Amino acid sequence: MSSLSTSTLASTPVIGRKKRDVAYLVSLGFLIVVVAAALLAPWVAPYAANAVDFTAIWQAPGGAHLLGTDQVGQDLFSRLIHGARESLLGPLALLALATVFGVTIGTVAAWNGGWIDVVLARITDVMFAFPGLLFVVLVIAVFGKGPATAIVALALAYAPVIAKFTRSLALAEMARPYVDAYRVQGVGGFFLCVRYIIPNLTPPLLGYLVVLFGEGLMSLATLSFLGFGAQPPSSEWGLMVQEGQSGIIQGHIWPTLVPGAAIAAVVVAVNVVGVRLSDRLNSRFER
Amino acid sequence: MTGHVLEVAGLQKAFRVGAGNVVACNNVSFVIPPGGSMGLVGESGSGKSTIARMLVGLEAPDAGSIHVRGRQLGTRERGRAARLRRAKEIQMVFQDPYGSLDRRLTVAQCLDQAMKLHGLTSGAARVAELLDQVGLLAKHGDSKPHQLSGGQRQRVAIARCLAIEPSVMVLDEAVSALDVSVQAQILALLNEIRASSGIALLFVSHDLAVVSEVTDDVLVMYRGSIMEQGPTGRVLNAPEHSYSKLLISSMPGPGWDPKDVLQRRAAFLEEVGV
Repeated sequence: MSSLSTSTLASTPVIGRKKRDVAYLVSLGFLIVVVAAALLAPWVAPYAANAVDFTAIWQAPGGAHLLGTDQVGQDLFSRLIHGARESLLGPLALLALATVFGVTIGTVAAWNGGWIDVVLARITDVMFAFPGLLFVVLVIAVFGKGPATAIVALALAYAPVIAKFTRSLALAEMARPYVDAYRVQGVGGFFLCVRYIIPNLTPPLLGYLVVLFGEGLMSLATLSFLGFGAQPPSSEWGLMVQEGQSGIIQGHIWPTLVPGAAIAAVVVAVNVVGVRLSDRLNSRFER
Repeated sequence: MTGHVLEVAGLQKAFRVGAGNVVACNNVSFVIPPGGSMGLVGESGSGKSTIARMLVGLEAPDAGSIHVRGRQLGTRERGRAARLRRAKEIQMVFQDPYGSLDRRLTVAQCLDQAMKLHGLTSGAARVAELLDQVGLLAKHGDSKPHQLSGGQRQRVAIARCLAIEPSVMVLDEAVSALDVSVQAQILALLNEIRASSGIALLFVSHDLAVVSEVTDDVLVMYRGSIMEQGPTGRVLNAPEHSYSKLLISSMPGPGWDPKDVLQRRAAFLEEVGV
């Protein structure tokens, strides 16, 4: 009886964890391969990104072209690998920018409270009420299209989301007595936030940011698809989808499907890793 | 002003709650001699923690003055120098040993950073000395808070105060979260520290038995005001004020009857006219 109960108690969570671990490890492995391919693109890709070959247009996957070719005979696999650089660096830059703004605003709002908090809350509310993409298109309309504008515009749209999340984390953190203990020691507000509070927010924040990375990747791809982000001859994935769509009517789905699937796969993998990572980091620090 | 390490005069504090004011501290004055130990007792909401927080600068008093070693502390410190000067005089041990240490830092880092902040000699030797002073081993310096027990963490919190070498240490319900045997160890440690370092203690607690262990004098508070004040033994054994009598009779013990306590309480409330 006792052995039965202990074995069921012990085994149930382990099985659950193992299943999740498989998804996590597969996703992590996949992302590592993608990043490695992006870093080593010139050596890994069988063709140059823009190597046109009119004798082999709209080929299905297989043979000399692993994932097929597009309407001018460019190798999709090679374009995918070269495009991974821009497709991954874009959301990274966007997130870095949005994090600097968001964490600063969120921490200041939580620490100061009062009217600063109210003003910042209103600004973030306005940003929330505005459809993100519409805001970004507006910014692009004013400052002109291009990858840099798209990244900055999206960073401005993401900053309030991160600010809100940071503020709620920071409020909970500041209610912990160790913060009072630092104040009693004579640690000043700015130093206390930068040196002690923000580092303590990092574990939950990091998991959230990884998930946001997936969203950022999708948003940037969307902008490129709409023609506001990456410009030809780039092989950014959203742009590849856009360039490939002309072939769909004629039955050539590969030039659209390949980059589309790449976006989806990376976003899913990033989400799995992000969720798992935040679980791990939180359980380690929430004590 | 002479002879007292801590001198509190006419301390006043009210909190706005809804439309009205709650007076958490009403004209509170007391002194602690060097190396002395004062207990601050009262039920929940009597204002004892508010006094503790005002002393260390976490709350600003509405009126009144606080002098440490003859020097007045500001109501709200502006600037680094003023903050550090106050911190150097008064340190505090918090109730919750699980939350009052930064979970990211090891014990040694925690102590080291406190000393560096105040420009004191830090380093491994000093950390080991402090750990020894609070009854911990040198190896505990490498531990993170979650690897320590509640009692050990509270020892670290005490070491963190000692690191700054203050003249007064405020203990806000510092042993309430610990179990009885650990309580006794921490209380013995506090007595030892007081005897060896001459640091004056202000011991805030609702637990009269604990207060009688470590204090010379005691203040009994009710609704922000001092009801009775005197040597701990005298106040606890022969209370004069009716609230002190009520508080002491409320302590669970042999022949203790909750119903009787409630009746006495009702009688007291009628007497003070609330």
